[in-house]
Amino acid sequence: MQDLLPEGMLRFRRIEDIFRTCCRNWGYQEVRTPTLEYLYLFTATGTLTPSMLSKVYSFLDWDGWSGERVVLRPDGTIPVARLYADNLSGQELARLFYVTNIFAFEGTGKENRERWQCGAEFFGGAKFAPDVEIILLAEEVIRRLGISNVGLQLSHAGLVKALLKELKLSPGEEAKMTNRILEGNWQALTKAKSTNPEIERLIAALLGLKGKSSSFLHNVKASFPKASQDFKSSLEDLINVTTLLDKLGCSYKIDIAEIHGFEYYTGICFQFLAAGEKIGGGGRYDNLVPLMNGEDIPACGFALYVDPIMKLLPLEKEKKGESEILVKGKELTPEIVETCFTVAESLRDAGHPAELDFTGREESNYRWVVLVSGKEPSPFVLTDCIQRRRRDAASMAEILKVVSEG
Amino acid sequence: MKDYQDGYIKLALPKGRFISPTASLLAEIDLGFEGYSDKTKQYRLRSARFPSLSAKILQEKDISIQVAVGNYDLGICGSDWIEEFLVKYPAGALVKISSLNYGEGSIHVVASAGAGIANLSELSAGRNDYRIVSEYPNLAEAFALNLRMRRFRIFPVWGAAEAYPPENADLAVLWGKSGAYIATQGLIPLKRLLPVTAFLIANRESLESKDLSRILMCFSSKLTAEPQTSIESELDISEELKGTRPLWQAKEINLALPDGHQQAPTSQFLKQAGLALQGYSEEVVSRRPSADLDWLGIKVIRPQDMPLQVANGNFDLAITGEDWLLEHLYCFPSSPVKKLFALGFGTVKIVAAVSQEMPVNNIDELRSLVQSSKFAPLKVASEYINIADKYLRDNHINPYKLIPTWGASEAFLPEDADMLIDNVQTGKTLKQHKLKIIDVLFRSSACLIANKDSLASFDKKGKMELLTQKLRAGLK
Repeated sequence: MQDLLPEGMLRFRRIEDIFRTCCRNWGYQEVRTPTLEYLYLFTATGTLTPSMLSKVYSFLDWDGWSGERVVLRPDGTIPVARLYADNLSGQELARLFYVTNIFAFEGTGKENRERWQCGAEFFGGAKFAPDVEIILLAEEVIRRLGISNVGLQLSHAGLVKALLKELKLSPGEEAKMTNRILEGNWQALTKAKSTNPEIERLIAALLGLKGKSSSFLHNVKASFPKASQDFKSSLEDLINVTTLLDKLGCSYKIDIAEIHGFEYYTGICFQFLAAGEKIGGGGRYDNLVPLMNGEDIPACGFALYVDPIMKLLPLEKEKKGESEILVKGKELTPEIVETCFTVAESLRDAGHPAELDFTGREESNYRWVVLVSGKEPSPFVLTDCIQRRRRDAASMAEILKVVSEG
Repeated sequence: MKDYQDGYIKLALPKGRFISPTASLLAEIDLGFEGYSDKTKQYRLRSARFPSLSAKILQEKDISIQVAVGNYDLGICGSDWIEEFLVKYPAGALVKISSLNYGEGSIHVVASAGAGIANLSELSAGRNDYRIVSEYPNLAEAFALNLRMRRFRIFPVWGAAEAYPPENADLAVLWGKSGAYIATQGLIPLKRLLPVTAFLIANRESLESKDLSRILMCFSSKLTAEPQTSIESELDISEELKGTRPLWQAKEINLALPDGHQQAPTSQFLKQAGLALQGYSEEVVSRRPSADLDWLGIKVIRPQDMPLQVANGNFDLAITGEDWLLEHLYCFPSSPVKKLFALGFGTVKIVAAVSQEMPVNNIDELRSLVQSSKFAPLKVASEYINIADKYLRDNHINPYKLIPTWGASEAFLPEDADMLIDNVQTGKTLKQHKLKIIDVLFRSSACLIANKDSLASFDKKGKMELLTQKLRAGLK
């Protein structure tokens, strides 16, 4: 658990503001889902992996005698898919975005158990164009945040699942292998004995080579003409996305093994890396809405991870707060304090942020300081902190005039 | 609590099923403790051989937790309770050293023969909402999650899990001697989760920083890498098995009766009320006794589990203690369970007690003592966590820590807890263990509880009234 201090919140809001602006510019609409969701939303195959489920905060619901359990939202995408299935399933197309916190238990108590995500989801639409849209949207947000040296890695869940099928494992072994891969243990795949040497050659090639353009995938397609239909159609899908990305000048690396934790993904998946850390990821999850008892609608999306991005955000010289003008009383008599409040209110009404000071300390981070002395004929002293000049002011109107003229 | 200077070592020894094999093992490796037997009334034991070694007898459920939190350096307890802890807290401070190669049976996932569940794949494929009852809620949950069951609810129980399927649960995770033994109870073993053997366990920090070698060396001849339990052959689920028990018939009114030491007085009471039962006397104990009322279904379960089981509608009526009703209502204030009337037997006092050494005589003095930070946080051991929690909050004891126990909280004082909140009949046991009562929270006796919805139900109302009137007659 962590506190966000004013400096941290400035970074947080900057990320959120840029993300919101970009999403709105692309036609996405903001949604918010509840912090508490039912556990069963996350237990079915194709939602969260068992190892992720072992880290959810779950507890009995208020009417816990019925045995119903709720969780602190452990993932951003699944609740939004549920929101779509529950409320928007009549819409053929929905572009939604959210800024949310997610919760995951970890045994040591040292890591952060609450993390923030900025995510966008695309429901409906034909294949591969939405995939490219969400990648480009994510990239635009990252670019506008000013983070440099960001790598984009692509993989494809359909390719991995097709490879697994080729191994012809028993259902139990296949489930075990899937879990291992989801946890990032790709070596398990190379160790699996296959009766078909062609499959072993394919696995070795895919795990060993890293592609940098769609040409790589064309080469794979040409080298393995005997691959299964499932494999070929997933490959074709990935070729469509990468070809478009090539044409739009978006660079990436294809690395089948670099992506894990993709249980709900069915098609392309991707992640963004900067300074060795994952700062975002996403993919296509066509089965998730049907699993939530919704219609059979394709969907894809991404999330950016706010916590690592905050550390990478270029540090700007942030102004101390928004208060441009400090209003202080010479003495703390009720009359002077009252005048201070009136002056500050008039300034704010005229559009100038004004902060009150009752401590008498010297402050220099302001554009103007208004000292209220209460003594006629000029009850105010106005200090221009930049020009370092002081002048008396007889009335509120005079203060406003000087301040407005800058 | 831990004292590294003089190498003082604390060992937690199991009560119950493992007492005699553990006592023989300890005697065999020359690590015997005088008074460690079935008949012991003591909790604290000293080693005859090692003056710096002491042992305490605890419930097995408590041992894995107590070793993990570091109150004990070493412990002996069954693999079922160790895994129940580790599956939830894999990064915890509990380390398995070795199996001690004795134990019996396994933890199984079972379904009722009549429930129509024949294998595991039906569970993960199904869209049903499965109710799983178990004394091992963590193992049950891990099983359901790993199987990717879409929807399930876990009902933790204090015991008698085998009594629940098929009417009140779809699956149970429970101990059984063997698959065949389980089948004789009308249940189908679907999967064996783990064999139950005794294990030597240690606290991670103790193992890393404290010299336990003298004690571990005594065990050396018994330590093996792999438990040598014979893997029993998995039972085939054949058609003939499914027919071992007549299909269960739905009854209009369901009544839960207590097992354990509440059984004898309850049986006596029912006789007085003129309710003739078969299978609920001291000689014959059945989980499903029958009555001469054909619309009445009866099951025998733990009194601790009854309020929740009445709340969720599995039973319309139950005989339990007022203490357990209150414990339930403090946790679920809007629960649809209602006390109808007290039955006047099984009366106990729920008390707060501390060591006689502690310089306090009432709760107000205790509050000042905790505030002076001598006993902060105050460690409170109790079977009744919700009652204890409320009592401590109401009395502004702050800070405090609750240690849930499974009975015999007096064993925890004074080393592992500062106060207990528990039931007493006479207070003699507390005196024996040098404890004193500083407050009586309330008096509790057996009572009849009912589900409010059943009482209001048009279909059930008449028969519910008939039965409660009959029972009320037993009061005189």
